[in-house]
Amino acid sequence: MKIRIPLILTFVTALVMIVVFFTPHRLGDYVQTKLNDWVMVIGGLGLVLGLVSLLQRHLRKIAHRQQDWGYSVVAVVGFAVMSIVGVGWGIQEGTVFNWIFMNAYLPLDATMFSILAFFVASAAFRTFRARSVEAALLLGAALVVMFGRVPWGQLLFKPSPLVAEWVMSSPALGAKRAILLGVSLGGIAMSLRIILGIERSHLGGESE
Amino acid sequence: MLDKLLHLDRRIIFILMALAVAVPVAGGWRFDAGSNPRTTDVYNYINDLPKGSAVMLVFDYGPASMPELQPMALAISRHVLQRDLRLLALTVYPDAPLLIDQALQQASEGLNKQDGVDYVNLGFKPGLVNVILGMGSDIGGVFRTDFKERRFRDLEIARGLRNYDNIGLVIDLASSSTPGAWILYGYQRYHVKVAAGVTAVMAQDYYPYLQTGQLIGLLNGMKGAAEYEKLIGAPGKATSAMGPQSCAHFLIIVLVVFGNVVYFISRRRARRA
Repeated sequence: MKIRIPLILTFVTALVMIVVFFTPHRLGDYVQTKLNDWVMVIGGLGLVLGLVSLLQRHLRKIAHRQQDWGYSVVAVVGFAVMSIVGVGWGIQEGTVFNWIFMNAYLPLDATMFSILAFFVASAAFRTFRARSVEAALLLGAALVVMFGRVPWGQLLFKPSPLVAEWVMSSPALGAKRAILLGVSLGGIAMSLRIILGIERSHLGGESE
Repeated sequence: MLDKLLHLDRRIIFILMALAVAVPVAGGWRFDAGSNPRTTDVYNYINDLPKGSAVMLVFDYGPASMPELQPMALAISRHVLQRDLRLLALTVYPDAPLLIDQALQQASEGLNKQDGVDYVNLGFKPGLVNVILGMGSDIGGVFRTDFKERRFRDLEIARGLRNYDNIGLVIDLASSSTPGAWILYGYQRYHVKVAAGVTAVMAQDYYPYLQTGQLIGLLNGMKGAAEYEKLIGAPGKATSAMGPQSCAHFLIIVLVVFGNVVYFISRRRARRA
């Protein structure tokens, strides 16, 4: 019963969504709006659940003095401070939450991402080697696109943006389309398996 | 010696990269952003929209992708407001509403445009596909209030706006696969015109949709933002970033070529030995 009810719910909801999607009727619109409201409410609850789970995990780590528990203290303190100032005084402009977001969270997150440039440079030097014909082709294409995507490329070799654009919109496009078709077919197959109850791993069970 | 070069200390590479970024910033090096037909298509489409039309700008990114995508948001918002179009900004990312506020504030500076009349921040709603589908029936049904808790339907900007039939263009600025959902549900189901602005690493994913006309245009990474700034005649952060980005790319190209030359020399020597 624990498995059967979610399976029936999945099947019926999917059927309704498919019918509604392909039926341009007022009743269909009404059903879709209602279902969308439910999904948004469930999504909101999902966020809360995620936060609670995150907090539990870090508190456990601190309690058991697990490796790198100091970072968990930072996470919990950050969580508490942002929650208190956000719920207490709002998140609009001029609030403490807004100030912390703009002056701490935003630059820190952007900095984390920008560090990638250093690792990409190091990784490109170490691993991007023309060890085979395929690797050489990949390397050549990457260099051409990289060269054509920056103003310096155009200064040194005027048609470089055109060449880069051709690589992106011809050979790479063909390959991308093939991948896209494969992924889409796979997605449809997986969706059918879930709707028909063949795939049950998301319910904690195994596929039939 | 060759072995040393082949296994160059990563700290040297890090220092070189830091210099490649810092020197152009300190020197204020400026590069012409050039042009790209995909960017120009978005610009022309907005230019051709009749006055009073509504443009939906979707901020599907967080602070991590902000350096690359926020200049796009600024340039497009400014263009939309300059053209006397209505701008509706929204997101399905919980940490983006404050980025929207910042972009709208900067874009409307000196333009005599009013919040709630010419532009509005609708804020965040969870559930990408359901938000897109829901707005196909009723925008005010999904975003009942804006980010400042004002009832959407009471705002002047909402006058005559019910669903995608009243939206001239949707532009999704994204650091993930959300433009795909906009194409699939917004364009295919409701026939609303869609354009996208994405991080450079994702751009290739959307070329098939450009060829089929499912996307009317695409802004590709920081360069796309700089191209748009050039089109509206307002060079900003993306244009300034062309210097460090050019030098960083150039350094990577040099490193890859150098690495391969050293690799081939060492391989030849190893064979001879």
